[in-house]
Order: sequence, then C-alpha cells, then structure tokens
Amino acid sequence: MTDISPRTEPGDWATDQEVRWCPGCGDYSILTAMRMLMPELEVDRENTVFISGIGCAARFPYYMNTYGMHGIHGRAPAIATGLAMARPDLDIWVIGGDGDMMSIGGNHLIHALRRNVNINILLFNNMIYGLTKGQFSPTSEVGKVTKSSPMGSLDAPFNPMSVALGAEAAFVARTHDMDRHHMMEMFRRAHAHKGASIVEVFQNCNVFNDGAWEGITKKQNRDGNLISLEQGQPIRFGADGEFGVVVDNGAAKVVSVADVGVEALLVHDERKADPSTAFMLSRLSRGPFEPTPIGVFRAVERIEYATSSTSQLAMAHDNQGSGDLASLLRSRGTWQV
Amino acid sequence: MTDTAPRELPLQELDEVIIRFAGDSGDGMQLTGDQFTSISAALGNDLATLPEFPAEIRAPQGTLAGVSAFQVRISDFAITTPGDAPTVLVAMNPAALKAQLHNVVQGGAIIINTDAFNERNLEKAGYESNPLDDGSLEGYRIYPVPMSQITRDAVAEHGVKPRDAERSKNFFALGLISWMYTRPVEPTMEFINTKFRGKELVIKANEAAFHAGYNFGETAELFESHYEIKPASLPSGEYTNVNGNTALAWGCVAAGQLARLPVFLGSYPITPASDILHDLSALKNFGVRTFQAEDEIAAAASAVGAAFGGALSFTTTSGPGVALKGESLGLAVSLELPLVVIDIQRGGPSTGLPTKPEQADLMMAMYGRHSESPMPIVAPKSPADCFDAAIEACRIALRYRTPVMLLSDGYLATSSEPWLLPDVDSLPDIGVDFHTGFNGTNEDGEGIFLPYLRDPETLARPWAIPGTPDLMHRIGGIEKEDGSGNISYDPENHQKMVNLRAAKIEAIDVPDVEVAGDVDATFCMLGWGSTWGAIDAAVERLQKNGKKVAHVHLTHLNPLPKNLGDVLSTFDKVICPEMNDGQLVNLVRAKYLLDVRPVNKMNGVPFTTAEIESAALQAMEAS
Repeated sequence: MTDISPRTEPGDWATDQEVRWCPGCGDYSILTAMRMLMPELEVDRENTVFISGIGCAARFPYYMNTYGMHGIHGRAPAIATGLAMARPDLDIWVIGGDGDMMSIGGNHLIHALRRNVNINILLFNNMIYGLTKGQFSPTSEVGKVTKSSPMGSLDAPFNPMSVALGAEAAFVARTHDMDRHHMMEMFRRAHAHKGASIVEVFQNCNVFNDGAWEGITKKQNRDGNLISLEQGQPIRFGADGEFGVVVDNGAAKVVSVADVGVEALLVHDERKADPSTAFMLSRLSRGPFEPTPIGVFRAVERIEYATSSTSQLAMAHDNQGSGDLASLLRSRGTWQV
Repeated sequence: MTDTAPRELPLQELDEVIIRFAGDSGDGMQLTGDQFTSISAALGNDLATLPEFPAEIRAPQGTLAGVSAFQVRISDFAITTPGDAPTVLVAMNPAALKAQLHNVVQGGAIIINTDAFNERNLEKAGYESNPLDDGSLEGYRIYPVPMSQITRDAVAEHGVKPRDAERSKNFFALGLISWMYTRPVEPTMEFINTKFRGKELVIKANEAAFHAGYNFGETAELFESHYEIKPASLPSGEYTNVNGNTALAWGCVAAGQLARLPVFLGSYPITPASDILHDLSALKNFGVRTFQAEDEIAAAASAVGAAFGGALSFTTTSGPGVALKGESLGLAVSLELPLVVIDIQRGGPSTGLPTKPEQADLMMAMYGRHSESPMPIVAPKSPADCFDAAIEACRIALRYRTPVMLLSDGYLATSSEPWLLPDVDSLPDIGVDFHTGFNGTNEDGEGIFLPYLRDPETLARPWAIPGTPDLMHRIGGIEKEDGSGNISYDPENHQKMVNLRAAKIEAIDVPDVEVAGDVDATFCMLGWGSTWGAIDAAVERLQKNGKKVAHVHLTHLNPLPKNLGDVLSTFDKVICPEMNDGQLVNLVRAKYLLDVRPVNKMNGVPFTTAEIESAALQAMEAS
C-alpha cells in the first residue's frame, strides 16, 4: 500500500467553513479522526454523504467536503434510510448526539437498526444537551442536576449499546474521543459492515458536562476502567491484564485473573449470532466510574435492506417484465365507446 | 337452474338508476357494488360510485355501526356525481334498512332480505317492531325476498355447508339486480372464476347463488317489469373504471416515467390513503420503491432523503399524518427539493371520521408549517382527474424544486367513474436535468458550485445529486446564504430568502381558470377539488330551470390562478360550497377583498346536487 498514493488527503475532506464548536469540545477529535480515516477508505468524496439531525454534533456535515444534509431533530436515520434506498451506491454516515438519537429520534434509530439499512451511525454521547445549553439527556445519570432538573433528574438513562442490541443491530461498537486510533478503527469497521452500524463515541462536552467520561477515558484511568474487546481473545484488562471478565449466573462480571485463571475468562466473539453475550457485556458497567468495554460488541452479517429492496424490484421485473404505462392503465379492464 | 319457463315481462327503458347495496360489513357489499359497476361500465353506461363503509374492520354484526354500503349510479347520459338519493335500495338486514332508508327517494324500490329480519337482528338494529309489517315502509315499493334461504337451497347441491352458504347471498343479490337491469351474466361468471381461483367450492356456490338470484327475478311473480339503460353517448375511445386512489397511484408511476426518474414512496398506513401504498407496492416492475416507515414523520423524512438522492419522491397520508409531517415539509421547503405530499382528507379534528371525506385540510396545506413555508397546492376534481393532478403536482415539484401538497379526499379516494384513457405518448414531458457542472467561480477564478444560485426564470435552485463529481455541497434547515447555501444568520439575507421562497411559489405557472356554465351570468359558484361533480350537476339543473349561473372550479389552490380575482369580480354574487367551515372563502376574501359567501357542509357526506342547487337558489333570491 505504501507505494500507492491515496486518492485523497485528509485536507481534501475539509470544507472552507469555520468549525464552530466550543474550543476544547470532544467533537474536534472525532472530526479529525474522520478526516484522517477517509483517504484510507479509498472512497470518493462525491459518493460520500453525511446526514445529521439537530444538536452540536449535527453540525458535522458542514465540515466534511462531501455531500451533506443538516436535517431536523432526530430524523437523520429516517432521512438517511430514504437516501440509502434511493441510492444504494452511496456511502452514508449519520451523525447525532444522545438527545438527537436516543430521545427525539429514538424511534428512527431503532427502526434503522432493525432494518439493517446500509448507513453508519455515529452517536456522540456526552450525556447532556449541549446546543440548548445544559439540560439532562436520555443518557444522563439519575439525579443529574441541570437547569431543567434543579433537584436532580428522575429519568433512568438509556444504555445505547443495550438499546442497539435490543433493536437487532448487526454492528454495534463503542469508542471514545480521547483515542483517535481507536476511533478510526471503529469507524473503519463500521464502514466495512454492509448494513446499519452504530458506533457510540464517548464525547466530552467541556462546557455543560466537562469530564463526564474522565473516570474511564483519562489516561491514568484507562488501564483500570477501559476494557478493550478483541475478537477471539479472552476479555482482560488492567495494566498487566490482571483483571478479566467472566460470565457468572447469566451476567458478565469483572474478576481477578489470578483468582479464576485465564481459561475461565470469557473469550470475545463479536460474530456470535445470538446477541445475549454482547448484551451482557453492554450491561457490565453502570456508568463511567467502573470497568467499561469499548470496541466491537457485535458484528454479524445480515441481509442489507436496500439490497433486499433492489432484489424485489429485479424479481418483479423478471416476473412481470418492464412496466408499461399503457398496459397499467388497462390492467383493470377496459371497454370501447 | 330452474326449468320454469321465463315469464314475458315488459322491458322498460330508463335513462338512469341509482342503486345502493347495503348490508353488514361482512356481507360483501363493496364487492357486489364493484362488480355491478364493472358490468355496467362494459355496457357503455356512464356511471359514478360512492362506497361507504365503517372504520371498524368487523363492527358488531347486525348493528347500525356495521353497515357497509355501495351506491352506484348508471345512466345513458353524461353524469358527474353518484346521485343524491338512491332509487333502489338492496337491504341485506334490518340494520342496513334502518341506516339507509332515509336516503331512498319517496316511491323508491327496496329489495329486502327477509330472512335477516328475525327478532335478534331487529333488536340489534333498534327496531321495536318489524318494519316489514308495521306499515313504516309505506310510500316505498317493497320487494321481500328470502335471500338467505334461497341461497342456501341453491348451493346445497354443491355440498356447501349451510353456514358457508350464507356467504354467497351477496351474489344472489347481484344476480337479482343484474336481472332487473338486464346486465349480462357472463362477465360475472368470469369475475367469480378469476376472483376465487383455486377455491372450487366457493366458485360453485357463488355461481349458483348468482343464477338463483337472476332466475328468481325472472320467475317469482314479484316484479312487474325489468329495465334497460342504454349506453351513454360519451366521447369515443377506450375507457376504464377508476377510483381516485388508484388514479393517484397510476399518476405517480406515470410522473416517474414522464420525468425519467425512479419513484420513491415513503408512507405509513392510514385510512383512507393506504390503498395508494398498496397499489404502488405492487408496481415494483416499474422501478417503484415503496418504504413502509415506522411513522408518518419517517415516511416524510425518508422521502426528503430520497429526493436529495435524485428520486421522484412521494409521501401519502391523511390529515393526522400531514400534522406529523409538518416539520419534514418545512425542511423540504428550506432545502428546496422536489417532493409530493398526497393528503387524502378525512373528517377531523384528531382521529375524527377516518372513512369520511372533508376538505378541511386546506388551511393546514397552506399554513400548516411554522414560519413562512409556502407550498404549492393541487386538488383533483374527480376520481379520474387524480391521475392528471399527480402528474401536475410532480411537474411543479420538479420544475420549481419544492414540496407540493396534493389534496384529494375520502370521497374521491374510493368513488369511481369511467375514464377515457389518455394516449400515454401525449402526456407532458416533466423531466428536469440534474446539475452537473460548476455554476460560479471563487476569488481565484476556480470553478465552484453554488447550490442556491437560482434559475432567473423559475427561481429554482440547481438540483445536484450525490455522486456528481466536484459538486459536493451541504444543505440544511438553518437559513442559508442566497447563492452559496452556506449557513447565514444575516438579517438582510433572511429577509431576502423569505421573499425569494414566497416569490418562487407565487410565480408558478398555473393555468388560468375558465368559467363554466353561463359566462355572462351575474351569479357564480366557486369550488375546489371534489365538489366539482355536485356543483357541475347543480349548474345543469339550474340552467334547465332557466337560471343563469357560472361555475369557477379551482384545481390549483396555491398559487391561485392569476386571473381568479378579475374573473370573480365580474359576478354580482359568488358562493363557495366546500366541505369545511369556509377555508377557501377566507383565502379568497383575504386575497381579493371579495365578498364570497360560504356554503359549508361537514357531516362526512359529500354535497348532493340538490343541496347545492338549493343553496344557489337561496343565494340568488337573497338581496
């Protein structure tokens, strides 16, 4: 690969628009990861589309020199579904935050996932409403004190990975904004998956929820609290791999490897047809203060939606021939006057 | 078959008949009516139909709520409505009689399935005494027929169980009515064999029941004559019988071909629009992609996405769905992408009357989005006109890159009329070109693409679809700078964009209105959409009675035809019959400062000719 120059450079994927996120926002590193990944994917800018809803994250399309649409709140997966059906030839990315995707657009997200439409969904999760200036979001913890919840939020939060797995998603992954290499790897995997893929990105909102993920993403906390899922490997973490994950009584559980032995550890298999183990892993952590898995939870093959739609068109064409308008108008019987 | 020799009954010629088949919603009345319509169409009669059915799939059997009816008017002259009042009612049970009797003209014929008039059914229908013998049907010509029993006897020889036999009684009724109006037997035999292919027993039973009904008319000494209705003198050519929803579905397919674009439909099932989704789903060999979305919002949003990708996009719904689609339509207005929204209006507010028509979404179509979000509105005037309206809506959407609202209603959706088939080669070319090259230069003199640089004639912006090299661009719901399409919060730019969006819609090339009826009248009726048939028929009646009356009918509601104000101001009096509380009246008054008078009806039933005639006479007499 090294002797072939890529078709594009990261700079080719930037627009002339000034990026207007708050200085220090986690979105910047996600944008950089995306622009750096694009040349590696060997795709063309004109065949790439970014679709978003509303929110800070939703400004993303304006900063990518591709086709793009900044849509309406929550509806990006639905807009992208229509585009993916009309144009199965395109590479479509859907960008949204936790409010956009899990709250107002929750319905569209789960349906896009179950249909397995060929779109790559990036969920920027900062556990807060940013653009509306700091209300609790559907991923905020219970008791979160915000302007709209001065005595603490009453809502039990969604776990986006559990929701995605429950919605029959075929590709489910998680990464965080402090690790560009990992982000790029997850985005690459999502892109390679034919069908709907969702990548949750732990993203810092340094204005309204600063440090929300630090308990697991800060450099000194990563060894102890980030569990990197590797296909075919026993799930273990810690500076010296001293911790691991086992399945115990129907749930995933963190153990000391010294106590149980390596053989007892759960070997990660993202390709398992049954999502139950992936779901267990998604439930391992209750929040960003204890060991939390990142990486690919699930990557299974399922027939892609637009492909199925196209085959039905082809089948109808084969069976009934090319549609003829004059015959259609006569299909319910005619008479002469 | 019976071997009794046919009686020689006089054959009487009629110019028209209005028959209403009424029964329980499980009795197959729609099918019976449809088939009678088809036979009559093939005989060359002009016709119009009015199906009426409850919203419930199977309302409690035998109750008033469960009555399903189908009215068909056949004539030997050109007609535009299914008729005000039936001259013949076929009542399959007490509930059907009770629910429909008030519709029947005085002296009309009522053919009654007497077997259904037992105590239990009478009670369910709310009859305290049996109308067959309490004198309450005086003034009508009553034909009591034990339909269930004869049907059971007729099918018994084929080994059909008595319980199943009952199901064929609608074919008995069809047979009887076919005899009464001298319709041929053969087409119905063909229909039964096609419709029930593979179900031999059902075919045999229905055939037997039909013959039993036909022969009953001939042999039972109940009827004094039978009737003939000669073919109508319609323009010559090839006809089909079409209802509004099918005509819309075909119009969508035709528009795709005329624009050389693949058709995409994003839809969510809703009465009375679902049949368009059904029809289009079955036309995949035309390259039509249908998407049954998770909700009305996704249906509209997916259509916006498909339009961005270069498809001819549709979303079909009824009023409650339009309410949910509002935000997506606002986005389409802002993105300036072509999209056609088909609203089959029904009674409201809220769930309202799902199966009954109203024309009360006009204001929602005009103003039902936040801020200034103008959308063109097209409204078909008859079932067959739905085909042309769909093409016209697409033409406007494509030429001006705008979402367009097409307002049909529950009446047009299900009623049908003969349609002189167009020569498909003569349909208009509505294709537009995608934009493929730069349309501007930057400071360095390099080519750039400006997604909001408008066509000076139409004010439409270029439609450059993903996949086009070099023209990558971003569009969104945030206000855009004119030309570049970049986000702009500049006050002057916003004012300019609001004005441009309004000017683009206002300048759409809609045809001028033409005055029907008496051009030199001082009195005019203004209508829009589905009231056309009833107003047209009323004009004809008024003229027969020596009145001078003009009729102006709108099929474009936004923008209004350029000559409308001038045309209307030539009349001393204008009334506007519409199935709402005066929505077009308000628009016209506001725009032209003309005192157009409302004539409103909102009971879920289309205007009758008589109602409009009487409203016109009243208005003419009033000083």
